[in-house]
Amino acid sequence: MPKFRIPGPLRSLSGGQSTVEVEAGDLRAAIDHLDQKHPGFKNRLLDEQGEPRQFVNIYLNDEDIRLGRGLGSAVKESDEISIVPAVAGG
Amino acid sequence: MARVQALRCRECGTEYQLQPTHVCEMCFGPLDVVYDYSEVARGLRERIESGPSSMWRYRDLLPIPDGAPLVTLDEGFTPLVRAERLGAELGLRNLYLKNDTMNPTNSFKDRVVSVAVSWARAHGFETMGCASTGNLAHSVAAYSARAGLEAYVFMPADIENAKVVSTSVYEPNVIAVRGNYDEVNRLCSQLAEEFPWAFCNINVRPFYAEGSKTLTFETAEQLGWRLPDEIVIPIGSGCQFVRHRRAASELIELGLVPDGRLPALTGAQALGCAPVYNAWRDGTDRVQPVRPDTIAKSIAIGNPSDGPYVVRIARETGGVVEAVTEEEIVEAIRLLARTEGIFTETAGGVALGVLLKLARAGRWQGDEVVVTYLTGHGLKTADALNGSAGGRRVEIDPTLKSFREVVSV
Repeated sequence: MPKFRIPGPLRSLSGGQSTVEVEAGDLRAAIDHLDQKHPGFKNRLLDEQGEPRQFVNIYLNDEDIRLGRGLGSAVKESDEISIVPAVAGG
Repeated sequence: MARVQALRCRECGTEYQLQPTHVCEMCFGPLDVVYDYSEVARGLRERIESGPSSMWRYRDLLPIPDGAPLVTLDEGFTPLVRAERLGAELGLRNLYLKNDTMNPTNSFKDRVVSVAVSWARAHGFETMGCASTGNLAHSVAAYSARAGLEAYVFMPADIENAKVVSTSVYEPNVIAVRGNYDEVNRLCSQLAEEFPWAFCNINVRPFYAEGSKTLTFETAEQLGWRLPDEIVIPIGSGCQFVRHRRAASELIELGLVPDGRLPALTGAQALGCAPVYNAWRDGTDRVQPVRPDTIAKSIAIGNPSDGPYVVRIARETGGVVEAVTEEEIVEAIRLLARTEGIFTETAGGVALGVLLKLARAGRWQGDEVVVTYLTGHGLKTADALNGSAGGRRVEIDPTLKSFREVVSV
């Protein structure tokens, strides 16, 4: 099953788990399922328009979804979805 | 009341106690250090002026606990150069360059790293880490050596050779990652959850970032305690840019500068990696990531965390965000060297390129006080000038005759 990788700041929502498996055909459905299993995720990840919040980066395997097909991206059995807070650079 | 009080989310205002963390658990917004300056305001200017000739003369405005030993190589308090010859070419009679190439590891990163390593050592960390486009790695390696701390520095594998050599000499663990900076950064933010390390630009970022304020503090002091009319700043993640807005506000609030007006803050990007410029141009503060492709590698950040704030601050202060081509970057580096005798790296070339572009487009009348931050030394990116460094080179035999034949004086 596709698997979410949960960052430290959000593990209070997942009962401390660092990964959560979901059943879904695309990313939007994957987030819906994650939110069903652990309520609160959707509100943290998506804004009022249903798009990823400004400071949330979502990667499907190693690809930033905003560089690809966004939340419409198809999700396969072996896929890993990472949620990563934005970080500073240099 | 303690001078350094808490961390506060820039988005939703949630407060956290002082700890190594950088994002709000509620909204993922960035965290900033909160101060209570009420006890430092009195006699501050005199204390600054009698302080060390480094950025630590502003210690009262930085987040290191009082009395904690500093990890320092006398960074900062770099020259503010009045650029008369370059200014004459651009019709600017009050053009200044903040020459941060003069720092211990030759980039502005020493300001932020000195704060980060001092903070980390004061809080018991034994290992420093960073994701870097080169300059940060160089600085983290040097300051970790100075402090006797272990260091892990992560860089894209294609970074300029000069940056790899100048980092490796301090014997940190250099991890070359097969990926671009944004991928290195993502890896490091995952590592930061697994290892008890102080990652400069990740879990200790709120403290680290504060070091950038000193660039603007110094600029104001060196101008005779006044803020300039406009500052042109290169934009990578936007982390530094945001601090200049804060620094200017603090100078005003603390009464260190008389005028209540903020300087116009203008951001500079390379067109090969211009996500913030793209958002500015499109009239939005929603920054869409890009894949970087530019010689200005030290600011080649495709997913800039502070990008939205740069757009807002530029708008708020009357600045702009502008971008330049690779050719314009090289032209600017050469023009600076030819007119002022200063060699800056490609990121400095980006800031100067934007200065040139705006000046030629008639942005200024001529008497405004305009400052450009030159954030790194040209030797770091000398490869970018291969074949286009300019100047005239001839080869002769070691005889007077050969000289006279080849060179016309």
